[in-house]
Amino acid sequence: MNKVFLWGGLRPAAGGAEFVEIEALTIRELLRKLAERHPKLETLIDSEIAVSINGTIYQDDWSKKIPKDAEIYLLPRIEGG
Amino acid sequence: MGKDTQLTDRVFKSVGTRPMRPDGIDKVTGRARYGADHNMSGQLHGSILRSPHAHASIKSIDTSKAEKLKGVKAIVTAKDFKTKGITDPDLLDIIDNCMASKKAFYDGHAVAAVAAVDAKTAKAALKLIKVEYKILKHVTDVDEAVQPKAPLLNNKCFTKGVDPTPDKASNIAKRSEFGHGDVAEGFEAADVVIERTFKTGQSHQGYIEPHACVASVGPDGTGELWVCTQGHFVFRQQCAKILGLDEAKLKVTSSEIGGGFGGKTHLWVEPVALALSRKANRPVKLVMSREEVFRASGPTSATSIDIKMGVTKDGVITAAEAELRYTSGPYAGSWATLGAMTSFACYDLKNVKTVGLEVLVNRPKTTAYRAPSAPMAAFAVESMIDELADRIGMKAIDMRIQNAAKEGTRSSYGPVYGPIGIGPTLDAAKKHPHMSAPLGPNQGRGMACGFWFNFGGQSCTDLNIGSDGTATITVGTIDVGGARASLALVVAEELGIPYDQVKAVIADTTALGYNEMTDGSRGTFASSMSAIQSCRMAIADMRQRAATLWEIDVDEVVWENGHAYAGESGLNDSNSNHPPLSIADLAKSADKTGGPIAGHAQIVADGAGVSFATHICDIEVDPETGQTRVVRYTVIQDAGKAVHPTYVEGQFQGGAAQGIGWALNEEYIYGEDGRLQNAGFLDYRIPVCSDLPMIDTQILEIPNPNHPYGIRGVGETSIVPPLAAIGNAVSNATQVRMTHVPMSPPRILAAIHAEAASDD
Amino acid sequence: MSVLVSSIINGDNIEFACEPDETLLDALRDRVGMTGVKEGCGTGDCGACSITLDGALVCSCLVLGAEAEGRSIETVEGMSDGNVLHPLQQKFLEHAALQCGICTPGFLIAAKSLLEKNNDPTEEEVRYALAGNLCRCTGYDKIVRAVLDAAKQMRKA
Repeated sequence: MNKVFLWGGLRPAAGGAEFVEIEALTIRELLRKLAERHPKLETLIDSEIAVSINGTIYQDDWSKKIPKDAEIYLLPRIEGG
Repeated sequence: MGKDTQLTDRVFKSVGTRPMRPDGIDKVTGRARYGADHNMSGQLHGSILRSPHAHASIKSIDTSKAEKLKGVKAIVTAKDFKTKGITDPDLLDIIDNCMASKKAFYDGHAVAAVAAVDAKTAKAALKLIKVEYKILKHVTDVDEAVQPKAPLLNNKCFTKGVDPTPDKASNIAKRSEFGHGDVAEGFEAADVVIERTFKTGQSHQGYIEPHACVASVGPDGTGELWVCTQGHFVFRQQCAKILGLDEAKLKVTSSEIGGGFGGKTHLWVEPVALALSRKANRPVKLVMSREEVFRASGPTSATSIDIKMGVTKDGVITAAEAELRYTSGPYAGSWATLGAMTSFACYDLKNVKTVGLEVLVNRPKTTAYRAPSAPMAAFAVESMIDELADRIGMKAIDMRIQNAAKEGTRSSYGPVYGPIGIGPTLDAAKKHPHMSAPLGPNQGRGMACGFWFNFGGQSCTDLNIGSDGTATITVGTIDVGGARASLALVVAEELGIPYDQVKAVIADTTALGYNEMTDGSRGTFASSMSAIQSCRMAIADMRQRAATLWEIDVDEVVWENGHAYAGESGLNDSNSNHPPLSIADLAKSADKTGGPIAGHAQIVADGAGVSFATHICDIEVDPETGQTRVVRYTVIQDAGKAVHPTYVEGQFQGGAAQGIGWALNEEYIYGEDGRLQNAGFLDYRIPVCSDLPMIDTQILEIPNPNHPYGIRGVGETSIVPPLAAIGNAVSNATQVRMTHVPMSPPRILAAIHAEAASDD
Repeated sequence: MSVLVSSIINGDNIEFACEPDETLLDALRDRVGMTGVKEGCGTGDCGACSITLDGALVCSCLVLGAEAEGRSIETVEGMSDGNVLHPLQQKFLEHAALQCGICTPGFLIAAKSLLEKNNDPTEEEVRYALAGNLCRCTGYDKIVRAVLDAAKQMRKA
């Protein structure tokens, strides 16, 4: 089971929770299960989310494996100059 | 030779050296071709009509007289841009910004465009276009825009990120929140708590080359676009959607780029040029004037930041809280979000909360500017750190060191850090001779830290080996400041051949898979990761070829120093019957061993390492005029691994200089009428050569564990600390806390006088 | 109504036709094909279009094409001596005094003009001589070093 922390902007769409617990092997599975559980998150997941796994930020790669008990943090996608 | 100890114990041969850049000769002889240096046969001159009003409804546009003018070949307005079927709100905003539909949202907003046989005719035609406006009340100031009675830009703007969504429209497009712990509890535990409000003016990236493109679209929907851009693949994708073209049929070629710094990540005139070309069935060249660049291409946000921080008398920061209000122009953005994420990222905080508010105003659409949004937040935070340290009688650098984030710290934006460089940059700053050098009269020293995320993203590269063994590395992430030199070094390193036998080129969109823009400091990080994979694919192939030639098993072929060696013992096997084969040897027989030697990679370059910097500066302030002089400046930054140290230094120096300009001078100035008053380099004054001292640099190398060579992006972080470093230096020189950037002479003088008055 | 202009550009006799109100910058770029002369502002503020006109450093955006009649023009295209780079060009490359390179032609011309008048400038003299040329990439550090180094080499020669 992974603890998935949500940044402040996502919490309203997930009923105010600071984190949710989800079991997932890949980023794809994680995001799919998250959207199933909290449908309001779906549009945000499609366009606005990056996933941090143990401190490393993954913005696009859904195939990325999630290690057991890894800390997951969802944060906004980052733009740069 | 640099040594990468933490990662691989590898001794680099090419990486870490400082050869001349491959595109250098073209750039010192005038041969390099930039956006405006290209022409197509039969090309027309494109020109854009812009709103003179800050906020106005467009009642009607009459182009009939202009159309009748001899030499006018096409006119477009918003009616020529079909938005039906486009659902992406960001793309809809881009279209509306390129050509205003219902309203002109700022002074300079495009309302119509003309393509004519020459510039004179185009200009005359613009004068014949009649636009009927209904002028509306405008708002340009960020704090005025959030007031309940402020003029509304968009009556359908209901603040996102608030639950429940408000039923009353406002200029606050989005609210975002970050942090952890309990700030109220944290402030209880503090011995000293300070609250302040900081403001920063709106600055522009100020690239010297104005936006320029040549567009050509035929009646069969096949098109070409030559353009100065930070991302030609992104431009292709967006332009194809806007124009309703097939991506494969739109070839976008990136010219040499005369600076971007974020400003050329965005479409401003390119879809307009394409639309004009399609309508006229002739190529159209469209070049922005400098005035247009200022009025109508995206600057950074103007900001207003409320901040509160608490510290114990021993120097432990117990709580930190900020509300950051960032302008985003007339359309929603994520600029305050980035400010809220980066603000406290340098520190290890138990209790932290940041709230970002995206504020709509009648200014041009905000665009990324080098570490977008971080410098303004750092100005507030780093100014507060100095003041808190002063209040508890501690040296500011010691308080920074004591509270610095480290590996394992939960960052203020959420994730836990891996190995990071904030501590080492501070330690280096403390030891730096600059910190202990004597100061003259009216001089003050300031320091500040800065953070940027960095980014990687989609990358695609090709490696091709010529019949003589030389290598071409083809990338699709454009080179803004010397990336081709860095990539040639990386390929030379990986293949084991000399740097001058590698040529790095940027492909157009027909020649390579999708690559993201050169933004987020990703150019060298992401392209090198992909280039290394391309090399490794070619090396695997070359080992196989050597095995074929030697009639041995591929497992017995060892690759070292650009050669294939036979035998299990590899390199030093003097008993081997087979002399080693170089890449040139293998290339010679390529036709017999499987055809051309090549490698390819398509990757998502995730795992960009976060970046930290510490800056030190000395400022002299004339107490009678408020005039400032930068006396000395030092940049210390973590590069992960500096591929071409001279260009890394260049990034450090360039970012610092831009930050210095922002801190002391640069600002959009609006009149009561909401019109921009300083749309030119004379009045929007960026630093000139005589304004600056030499900028000293110190490169630290704390390898990024996610990159094969430990590389981190280096392009952006250097602009983050200067606002605060200079603010602290001015404050130390004048004994007055500076809270408003730019710290222009009148503002400094006013602050000194206000302080004197309050002392009386 | 075009005017016909004869001038000496980088040592060669060149004739071009331009409009009476056309800037020398536009004439050089669009009529003569010298696109090494860059436009950054069109108002004489950035120096990207710097050339010399009868030896005087000018912004070509502030001069009319017609004013070039009978006069001698030097642009970045004429700086090298055959296939040997001018010491300033060489030093700009060695010191990495350019990143994007759009301002480089103007800086080279302005620096050459300085060194012709003063072959041993101080850092401060270099900084003031180049204050009419804007660079947004480098922070000027490496440009100043390149000019000082080129001056040193040229004094030895």
